[in-house]
Amino acid sequence: MDIFSGKRILTVSQLTNLITGVLEENFDHVWVEGEVSNLATPTSGHLYFTLKDSGAQVRVVMFKASARNLRFKITDGMHLILRGRVSVFVPRGEYQVLAEYLEPKGVGALQLAFLQLKDRLYKEGIFAESKKKPIPKLPQRVGIVTSPTGAAIHDILNVIDRRFSNICLLLNPVKVQGEGAANEIASAINDFNKYGKVDVIIVGRGGGSIEDLWAFNEEVVARAISASKIPIISAVGHEVDITISDLAADLRAPTPSAAAELVIASKSEMSQSLNVQTLRLHRAITVIMNESNGKFSALLRGLKDPSALLGAYWQRCDYLLEQLVSLISKNIDQSGRRLEMFRTRLSSNSPQLLLDKNTNLVHSLDARQERAVVNRLNRMKESVALSCTGLEKLSPLATLGRGYALAYRSCDGSLITDSLQISIGDHIGLKFARGKARCIVEQTTSD
Amino acid sequence: MAEKFETSLAKLEDVVNRLESGELTLDEALKAFEEGVKHAAICNKKLNEAEKKIELLLKQKDGSFRTEPFKLSDI
Repeated sequence: MDIFSGKRILTVSQLTNLITGVLEENFDHVWVEGEVSNLATPTSGHLYFTLKDSGAQVRVVMFKASARNLRFKITDGMHLILRGRVSVFVPRGEYQVLAEYLEPKGVGALQLAFLQLKDRLYKEGIFAESKKKPIPKLPQRVGIVTSPTGAAIHDILNVIDRRFSNICLLLNPVKVQGEGAANEIASAINDFNKYGKVDVIIVGRGGGSIEDLWAFNEEVVARAISASKIPIISAVGHEVDITISDLAADLRAPTPSAAAELVIASKSEMSQSLNVQTLRLHRAITVIMNESNGKFSALLRGLKDPSALLGAYWQRCDYLLEQLVSLISKNIDQSGRRLEMFRTRLSSNSPQLLLDKNTNLVHSLDARQERAVVNRLNRMKESVALSCTGLEKLSPLATLGRGYALAYRSCDGSLITDSLQISIGDHIGLKFARGKARCIVEQTTSD
Repeated sequence: MAEKFETSLAKLEDVVNRLESGELTLDEALKAFEEGVKHAAICNKKLNEAEKKIELLLKQKDGSFRTEPFKLSDI
């Protein structure tokens, strides 16, 4: 037996169409007020958002035709009053309001709550700059308070992997949205403080609507952050999202990735800083050593070599010795000269001189005597020669001087005065003023 | 517990400043240099000692804590 027999069974489409009919018939003109969230503005120009209050929410669509009449820009958190009709988005079986007109109403309730809490905590001094603790330059262990499944832990790990950073992360997993999230986050911060072995804590989550981020706007989180002894970096949502947690933290990072970058960047910065200091250290000591070395060398140069000193003494010694020798030899010279003088004087008074003198006298007298004899002899020779010259003028020899010659017979030397004394073939001699000749008679005449 | 990195780095910086001031005697300078080298070594050690590790902090029923390795793929 079929239990469904006689029952009217609808297809999903049929049901949806029936509901659509009912809704569109009964809610074709409604006014609704609530707070905007999850606003989406695709390029089509249509607007999609959720309108909500503390108890419920409804999807809203405003098509381009109506949307372009808007005078202002809708933003999340804005409190709106709108007019439209209820419809069904059949493919998803969702009902929604097709807005035809809307206007803002004051500020959104959540935004208002945010502003009120911010104001109160500010007055309490929770956000004061003086309360901010310095973020450690080189955290060894970093505590993280976020969801183990959320975008934040992914982003942080991505950064760490990409930068090859050897950092130690300790995750305290929490719910980051929904019921009880704020309390979990606050407890996790407290737990890290009890545990103690982390140098810095990153508290945060990835982007989302203001509702999604709301836990980070709750007082309990702000107070836990404020009470933490360990420095806290808050990294909630995207750069534009500012939460109470951000304000209470010691440092706000625009995103969880940025928080990881901050932690790592400080490490490479520290490494560089250490390198600079180490370099300066070595340079400084090198300068000092060089200076000291220079001073030492200068002093060493100033220190006299004892052998040089000894050398000077040696030189002086040599000089004195030389002086001594020269003085002594001078003395000897003087004595020698005196001796010489006496010897000269002695020899000048020697009897030899007298002897020599007398000998000389004898010699000179002897010479004078000889000279007188020779002179006399010479005079007598001259006188004789003079007499001879007169005599020679008378001699036939003198006639020869005028060109005459004497002819004589060679056999006996008898002078020939007549050609008859000789015959042809006879040998005769001729005597000239100087020299002789032998001749043979060829012819004779007798005149 | 050993000295913090920042403390050692600050001391190193102080030593360098004193050395660069040129007011130390050679003996003092050598002593200071030795000290500086020690601080630099500590800093260097701190920089390199941390190993990459990701852990979960878990609270026990008695309020004490324990850690265990954490991998994204575990979840």
